[in-house]
Amino acid sequence: MIPRPKPERFRLRRTMLFMNAQKPGLIKDAYIYGVDSIMLDLEDAVAENQKDAARFSLYHALTAIDYGQTEVIVRINGLDTPHWQEDIRCAVAGGVDGVRIPTCESAQDVRLVEEHVLAAEREFGVGEGRTLIMAALESPKGVLNAPEIAAASDRLFGIALSAGDFHRSMHTHYVPGGIELNTARSLIVMAARAAGVQCFDTVFTNLDDEEGFEAEVRMIHDMGFDGKSLINPRQIAYVHQTLAPTPKEIETAELYVRTYREQSQRGVGVYTVNGKMVDIAFIKDADRVLALAKACGVYHGDL
Amino acid sequence: MEIRKTALAGTLESSDAQVTVSPGDSGIELTLESSVMNQYGRQIRATVLDVLARLGVRDCRIKVVDKGALDCTLKARVECAVFRSNGISAGKVPWGGDIR
Repeated sequence: MIPRPKPERFRLRRTMLFMNAQKPGLIKDAYIYGVDSIMLDLEDAVAENQKDAARFSLYHALTAIDYGQTEVIVRINGLDTPHWQEDIRCAVAGGVDGVRIPTCESAQDVRLVEEHVLAAEREFGVGEGRTLIMAALESPKGVLNAPEIAAASDRLFGIALSAGDFHRSMHTHYVPGGIELNTARSLIVMAARAAGVQCFDTVFTNLDDEEGFEAEVRMIHDMGFDGKSLINPRQIAYVHQTLAPTPKEIETAELYVRTYREQSQRGVGVYTVNGKMVDIAFIKDADRVLALAKACGVYHGDL
Repeated sequence: MEIRKTALAGTLESSDAQVTVSPGDSGIELTLESSVMNQYGRQIRATVLDVLARLGVRDCRIKVVDKGALDCTLKARVECAVFRSNGISAGKVPWGGDIR
């Protein structure tokens, strides 16, 4: 069995690539793409009469394949199906880093999954509290309950918008520019920030529309999302490039941190740099930018 | 474990293997077809027999059509077919026990 390091609740998660857990050809070398997380799917990608086979395949993939630094999450089946409990047993026994709850609608849903995850950790002798949880919000109810869901568990690292079902239940469809998801996206980012967890945007399914994909990545980055779910490895590079701080942002952050250190030693709390006012609020953001730059591998300074 | 009825698991896609088990009465009768027979035939055979022994299957006919599956895929397909033949593949599977 390949031992996996203890999952980190908060780590870099710019990209999360969906993979069908039932397809050996896909999952055997999923780690080579340099994606932050892979999402082995037991839900929609797996036909109803292959749910059992997908779990056998998943268990052996988890225990036999060395995914290195790539985080491995399993999307379990919905809480209204007969499959999710066995999905959790299988994933936890295999030492997965986290499980994703599809169509999560309440804090109670998160707690229910947490109970079963804990039971599985005990049954299989996996360290208690090891397995992380994330919740996918796919319905109006789920999105409106985002604040309670985001704060429901110490295991929960983030919430994600999943637009396929959301579109249907809202009687709408994909619109370039994303007006139809505007409220959902805003609520999700705000709920995540209020609870101190991460948030992830939905997949972009039209692989031929590169321009549309890139525009969407820039938009969700500007909105404050931590990452995006992906369906194809060729979508990874653009997200990584876009979500990394720019040289200009890094330079400004460094300048703020350095000058703030000097000024605060002299007893000054607020001052100006290049005509802009700087105080402690800017420094917190500058620290975040530098931490992100380091995690993305684009920081070469000495702060 | 007995083989109670014919059961199949896996596909004929690349990197997969399709395994069919059915009841037998004279030990393990293994038929193997593989796209990498010359290089890996012996190893595939050993893995299949090893899984059957671990599951306590003594008598069965088993057909494996291998399309270049990794060892972990092969194991998953054999185990799933055996569990399906007993109608016990959908829940309370002994992960980490008989399945390992």
